[in-house]
Amino acid sequence: MDCYTANWNPLGDSAFYRKYELYSMDWDLKEELRDCLVAAAPYGGPVALLRNPWRKEKAASVRPVLDIYSASGMPLASLLWKSGPVVSLGWSAEEELLCVQEDGAVLVYGLHGDFRRHFSMGNEVLQNRVLDARIFHTEFGSGVAILTGAHRFTLSANVGDLKLRRMPEVPGLQSAPSCWTVLCQDRVAHILLAVGPDLYLLDHAACSAVTPPGLAPGVSSFLQMAVSFTYRHLALFTDTGYIWMGTASLKEKLCEFNCNIRAAPKQMVWCSRPRSKERAVVVAWERRLMVVGDAPESIQFVLDEDSYLVPELDGVRIFSRSTHEFLHEVPAASEEIFKIASMAPGALLLEAQKEYEKESQKADEYLREIQELGQLTQAVQQCIEAAGHEHQPDMQKSLLRAASFGKCFLDRFPPDSFVRMCQDLRVLNAVRDYHIGIPLTYSQYKQLTIQVLLDRLVLRRLYPLAIQICEYLRLPEVQGVSRILAHWACYKVQQKDVSDEDVARAINQKLGDTPGVSYSDIAARAYGCGRTELAIKLLEYEPRSGEQVPLLLKMKRSKLALSKAIESGDTDLVFTVLLHLKNELNRGDFFMTLRNQPMALSLYRQFCKHQELETLKDLYNQDDNHQELGSFHIRASYAAEERIEGRVAALQTAADAFYKAKNEFAAKATEDQMRLLRLQRRLEDELGGQFLDLSLHDTVTTLILGGHNKRAEQLARDFRIPDKRLWWLKLTALADLEDWEELEKFSKSKKSPIGYLPFVEICIKQHNKYEAKKYASRVGPEQKVKALLLVGDVAQAADVAIEHRNEAELSLVLSHCTGATDGATADKIQRARAQAQKK
Amino acid sequence: MAFPHRPDAPELPDFSMLKRLARDQLIYLLEQLPGKKDLFIEADLMSPLDRIANVSILKVRSLSLRSCPSFLFEQLCFLVRPRIKNMRYIASLVNADKVAGRTRKYKVIFSPQKFYACEMVLEEEGIYGDVSCDEWAFSLLPLDVDLLSMELPEFFRDYFLEGDQRWINTVAQALHLLSTLYGPFPNCYGIGRCAKMAYELWRKLEEEEDGETKGRRPEIGHIFLLDRDVDFVTALCSQVVYEGLVDDTFRIKCGSVDFGPEVTSSDKSLKVLLNAEDKVFHEIRNEHFSNVFGFLSQKARNLQAQYDRRRGMDIKQMKNFVSQELKGLKQEHRLLSLHIGACESIMKKKTKQDFQELIKTEHALLEGFSIRESTSYIEEHIDRFGSPRFFLPVLRLLCLLSITENGLIPKDYRSLKTQYLQSYGPEHLLTFSNLRRAGLLTEQGPGDTLTAVESKVSKLVTDKAAGKITDAFSSLAKRSNFRAISKKLNLIPRVDGEYDLKVPRDMAYVFSGAYVPLSCRIIEQVLERRSWQGLDEVVRLLNCGDFAFTDMTKEDKASSESLRLILVVFLGGCTFSEISALRFLGREKGYRFIFLTTAVTNSARLMEAMSEVKA
Repeated sequence: MDCYTANWNPLGDSAFYRKYELYSMDWDLKEELRDCLVAAAPYGGPVALLRNPWRKEKAASVRPVLDIYSASGMPLASLLWKSGPVVSLGWSAEEELLCVQEDGAVLVYGLHGDFRRHFSMGNEVLQNRVLDARIFHTEFGSGVAILTGAHRFTLSANVGDLKLRRMPEVPGLQSAPSCWTVLCQDRVAHILLAVGPDLYLLDHAACSAVTPPGLAPGVSSFLQMAVSFTYRHLALFTDTGYIWMGTASLKEKLCEFNCNIRAAPKQMVWCSRPRSKERAVVVAWERRLMVVGDAPESIQFVLDEDSYLVPELDGVRIFSRSTHEFLHEVPAASEEIFKIASMAPGALLLEAQKEYEKESQKADEYLREIQELGQLTQAVQQCIEAAGHEHQPDMQKSLLRAASFGKCFLDRFPPDSFVRMCQDLRVLNAVRDYHIGIPLTYSQYKQLTIQVLLDRLVLRRLYPLAIQICEYLRLPEVQGVSRILAHWACYKVQQKDVSDEDVARAINQKLGDTPGVSYSDIAARAYGCGRTELAIKLLEYEPRSGEQVPLLLKMKRSKLALSKAIESGDTDLVFTVLLHLKNELNRGDFFMTLRNQPMALSLYRQFCKHQELETLKDLYNQDDNHQELGSFHIRASYAAEERIEGRVAALQTAADAFYKAKNEFAAKATEDQMRLLRLQRRLEDELGGQFLDLSLHDTVTTLILGGHNKRAEQLARDFRIPDKRLWWLKLTALADLEDWEELEKFSKSKKSPIGYLPFVEICIKQHNKYEAKKYASRVGPEQKVKALLLVGDVAQAADVAIEHRNEAELSLVLSHCTGATDGATADKIQRARAQAQKK
Repeated sequence: MAFPHRPDAPELPDFSMLKRLARDQLIYLLEQLPGKKDLFIEADLMSPLDRIANVSILKVRSLSLRSCPSFLFEQLCFLVRPRIKNMRYIASLVNADKVAGRTRKYKVIFSPQKFYACEMVLEEEGIYGDVSCDEWAFSLLPLDVDLLSMELPEFFRDYFLEGDQRWINTVAQALHLLSTLYGPFPNCYGIGRCAKMAYELWRKLEEEEDGETKGRRPEIGHIFLLDRDVDFVTALCSQVVYEGLVDDTFRIKCGSVDFGPEVTSSDKSLKVLLNAEDKVFHEIRNEHFSNVFGFLSQKARNLQAQYDRRRGMDIKQMKNFVSQELKGLKQEHRLLSLHIGACESIMKKKTKQDFQELIKTEHALLEGFSIRESTSYIEEHIDRFGSPRFFLPVLRLLCLLSITENGLIPKDYRSLKTQYLQSYGPEHLLTFSNLRRAGLLTEQGPGDTLTAVESKVSKLVTDKAAGKITDAFSSLAKRSNFRAISKKLNLIPRVDGEYDLKVPRDMAYVFSGAYVPLSCRIIEQVLERRSWQGLDEVVRLLNCGDFAFTDMTKEDKASSESLRLILVVFLGGCTFSEISALRFLGREKGYRFIFLTTAVTNSARLMEAMSEVKA
């Protein structure tokens, strides 16, 4: 393997840089790259080309064309540009293409050329036109920075959450800056710009002039500047052909280099890898590529074709019409193993394994050598690590074979690093494949994480591969397979040429009841594509009603939503739909809908009872529910109205309603109440005291207690109080007054409709035995015994009972016979009983 | 004679866990709002809260506890039921603060859950952004070892009168909680529309969270859900077992009762916790009242004898007695005197002529004889006791008459209503409209013609459709069919000789041997058959054709012990008489019943829920 390091180029004493081909491009470009606006997404992302961007003519043949390719040059989309002139293109972190137009509008396209949305960068930008624009990436997302015709900057740090920030003015700036870039420090985006020999830093508050430390003298202009992938380093290219490299904070210089080319480079990008000490910048001119770093010499390449540089986390991708290459610093592990005449443990292990395959005893010698130094573990680790950094599967395999060989001689080498590397490489090789075209390196892959990679595969509609990867890596279903299936389904619903039934069936077949799949999300997508019917079909598969309802509402299928909500039994959900309906429909339709859904109706009524009384009334009106309307007004007559007139009026309305409801009883009762209220008012005026709101019964009682017997009787007549009640009422009231005289008069006024036992009872209750006895004699025969017992006349009670020959009465009297005093009576009863039995 | 359980009676599960859960959750919620805060606790939540967390616990959490609006601190926390009225109150406080320029942090904790309508009101009042909301899922309060209450008295009116189904979800959540804590229920039965809905919602919840309870062994073998409207009659009767009588007389609130001065025979009233821990109460709670006095005096004599033992003791024995037994005896003494006091007070109120007549009338109604006399009795009652405080007992009798007689005949209906309105005020016009809607007090007539039509129609169609038609008709005029059901289920025991209340022979003893509670009889019958089989006619008469269900899992994981534990869920409340009756049934058959009710109820509470009273 002597030639393996043939493409290694040393830079200084300690580092090698190598460039290897990723793909030979298949994109059959007709134009030169320089005639196009180019944007390539990092992490092996897609490439967008806008042809003829600067033509102003309207002719269709020369209209700009936007093409999107995978990194391997496979066409993904092509569309005719019909919007305004484009100044700049760029990819967001979500692999959405941002096209910045001259008027400050930013159009967002998907990977497949599907238009997503657009937003504007503000009025100021619109007025002054866009001179230049940059898309940049921060930890919050992707941002856009714009230089306007008025030489002012506007930026938004996150296009997903658009907040425009207008940067302060640079004092005395007359012409456009010669170059500028976006710096991100401490989570804030700044702009660094060069005007002649001066550098200015703009943050959102102020503009400050800055000077890089140790800058060589004689600079009259900066031609190019570059910020590293992580925003940590900055490189400046001056008109003297001098390159300054330092920290992005401009506090420290790392190194400098003089390339003696005064022409402005086409592109300049950083080429460094994480955790490496080496710093290098790649500078590209028309036909020349130069890698410069902290070394007196540079590495030079000739460019055969027009090329474009894409900075990556750990290197630079370079693509042209025919090839796509990767340039990076050779990682430490690979360097150790492959450096010529290396005696590193990894190198020896690789050698040993090769000899072993040749069945040569040298294998043993090499192995011994490593073991004697106690470096076998290290050797295995080196081989595993180096395998990760190799692009060619053959080389990966031989390194892994060496690692595996070495592992055999180790007692306790944890297997997971080896296994994981095998898995990772398998995934990487799969996505690097020409047809997929995502040339990720191992470091990029680790930075990106498997979840994001899966997202990107889904974005490219590579569902089968994504699912295979999930299954291969045994990812949990919810994060893995189900998520991808759900995405697939969301894509499937966009296929307009397939009928709703077929799509719904296909989706259900594939998804079934897979855990973690939300049918409502898929349905939402279907609705988004205008396929409402399909959305409804898909919602049928959704087991949770709570999930169906919001979408149905959105689709204006409110009535269906209402019945689904009712089905769910969740009253809160029903209520949500109701409020929605209330706003959506006019009142009449809303009430009609309610009418057909008793459950919802009761719910809404309950709410109205507490919160919207007027609506409640309208509801009853709408239904011609006069019964409830009447009740409503009755309630109002004592709850809402204060004045007597208002109350009477409310009662009148109620009575009318009851008549309409054919509830004459209620109507009459209500009218009586109106009369009573008026009368009570009059009584209060004439007699004083409290009458209002008393029941009829209490009103009469109060009158009697107040000595207004005439009035009481008049009232009783007016309201047709039955005699029985009047008697009870008077009896109770007079007894309460202890007006025994009046009571006696009353008792003799005519024959009592309630008999005379109550008189006895009530006198006893008031502890007036004397009065009680008066009435006891008048009690009818059936109750005589009871009355006599009440007044304590046991002996006479016994006589009556015996006379009646009533067994029950006899035992009642007997139970009242106490001890000695009534002994004679008791005997009498016993005798009577005995006699009765004889007969 | 307390109910000593059969030696093979299964152990009850430990429900104190529910208290701990609720307490911990509340403390967690309150800690979310660090620092000093005023806590506003809705009056209805005070007693339940008192049962699970000492106010002292809350004080430890640096709260100042107050229920008047003069708040001190910069943080204000409301612990409320999800009612619109409360939201308006909170909004008025917050808005008053805004006007006064005070800024405070507000947090509303809803128990047992938050309703969207409440949030809506907060939003309409313009304070949605100012308050943060939380839920305290405290839906099950163990009032006793075998009694869980949701303490939601409004459930009854909301569902059975207003048709508002929002609490059903709460019930389902509570059942779900029980099944996660105590294992799945292998056998489920239920009757009633609400029962069915609650059951289905609960099943749905279980399915959504499947796997959790699958592997568990069931601790409780059966669950029986029952709607209150299946049996209004039992709830309307006067209670005569001790616990029910105490509830009717003094109102047991959240498992404790306030005995007034006439009971404590001092000048203070005393709050007494009534549960199985009260040894004296435990022995008499299920007794017919006529036995209680005798039992208590026996108990008093025993106690005296125990005190007397110390006469002959030497000093060592005396020391033992004082250190070990005296405290218990004193405690027992205290309780005994309380219950004797309560009995006296009840006797004073109840043994008068009136109460005897009342019971007699009730029994007549239940048995269906001398209806005319009963009607006049009620009418006389209305005429005599015109004062508003009597409106509930009379109303109860009216309802009882209506249900047992399948509605009042039109003439009576009108005249009784007129009399009633004259006595107790015109606003009861609304009460009558409520009672009619709930099917508690109806008029005969149209309903009967319906029956005729219905029976004709049902001859023409299949049984199932007939059931549906019955439901359709019953929604037009809910008929109770009490008489027919009573005959089918033999609810009125045939009396030969005196019913011995000391040694009851069936559940009828809770109503002096006159009536077996319908709800309990249904449960008994279904448990006996393990299904509704053979009860089709009863179910149809109950107007529950579509709403009687059985669900059994075939798994044999349930131990024989758990199969004798039965959870009975009363949707809309249950009475202490029903509890006593089922406890009796359990003792006879070797079951143990556990009761879950939306609230403990009685006739007065039912009537209150239905009435419209001037605010």
